Amino acid sequence: MEIPYTVSTRQDTGLNNGKIGIWLFLASEVMLFGALFATYILLRVGAPTWPHGSSILNVPMATFNTVVLITSSVTMVMAWASLARRRFGTFRLYQGATVLLGGVFLVVKYFEYTAKFHHELFPKTNTFLAIYFTMTGLHMLHVMGGMVVNAWLLGPGSKLYKTNPEWFTNRVENSGLFWHFVDLVWIFLFPVLYLL
Amino acid sequence: MSDHSADIDKHVRIYILVFVSLMVLTLVTVAVSYLHLPLPMAVGVALLIASIKGTLVACYFMHLISEKRLIYTVLGLTVFLFLVLLLVPVFTVADKVGS
Repeated sequence: MEIPYTVSTRQDTGLNNGKIGIWLFLASEVMLFGALFATYILLRVGAPTWPHGSSILNVPMATFNTVVLITSSVTMVMAWASLARRRFGTFRLYQGATVLLGGVFLVVKYFEYTAKFHHELFPKTNTFLAIYFTMTGLHMLHVMGGMVVNAWLLGPGSKLYKTNPEWFTNRVENSGLFWHFVDLVWIFLFPVLYLL
Repeated sequence: MSDHSADIDKHVRIYILVFVSLMVLTLVTVAVSYLHLPLPMAVGVALLIASIKGTLVACYFMHLISEKRLIYTVLGLTVFLFLVLLLVPVFTVADKVGS
């Protein structure tokens, strides 16, 4: 049976179902990260002292990662724009760059985490590190999830382009929405944890 | 996709402009942190810059600038509930338990 409204738009919503689905999911994600940001505020306001992020964390590394993630957002949106213009070869280049940049982000994060562990700084060490590892850890899981979907769309998932390019373009647009959301969360995590 | 090639070309130019703006704002937010402003001002500036960057990503990369009404309704409700969530810590000030 064919799935309805994957390409055509529903008359009542003016949208295809995939688009509504991803936005509802992102709304739930806003609440998930919102709960953690509220936790951060509560912990910080209630703490007798709170370290400046830069006294414990590596700001140059995180700045580099911010640049990496923003760049990956641009390559992601360019991947979608390439498909919208029916340029499959260009799409593959941009999509590949997006997955690669996600990998660079994770490698930098790996070095950041191991440097902390090397200095005996663990989530249990203090409240600041507990919320730091929780928030960046959850964000990192989102980066991994986004990379898996984007890699699938670059590899086996791209077969759909041959039979139904419009549906495939919608899929890339929706995975892009998730990827931009991951970037957006980092845009707030970076100053909150590293710069304040 | 109903977008015509010329429309997409216009989009691409905007993406590049947004990209440059995001890079500049990232440098600004890091530079400001080295000024060691008083905490309330530092928080204000950092959140203002992050909000501008977030708005740019949402409006242009996520195409929220030209989205359908249903998406705006869903996100309007989400933003409201998100703000309620962030205000929860404020209630602890009014909490008289233990005093």
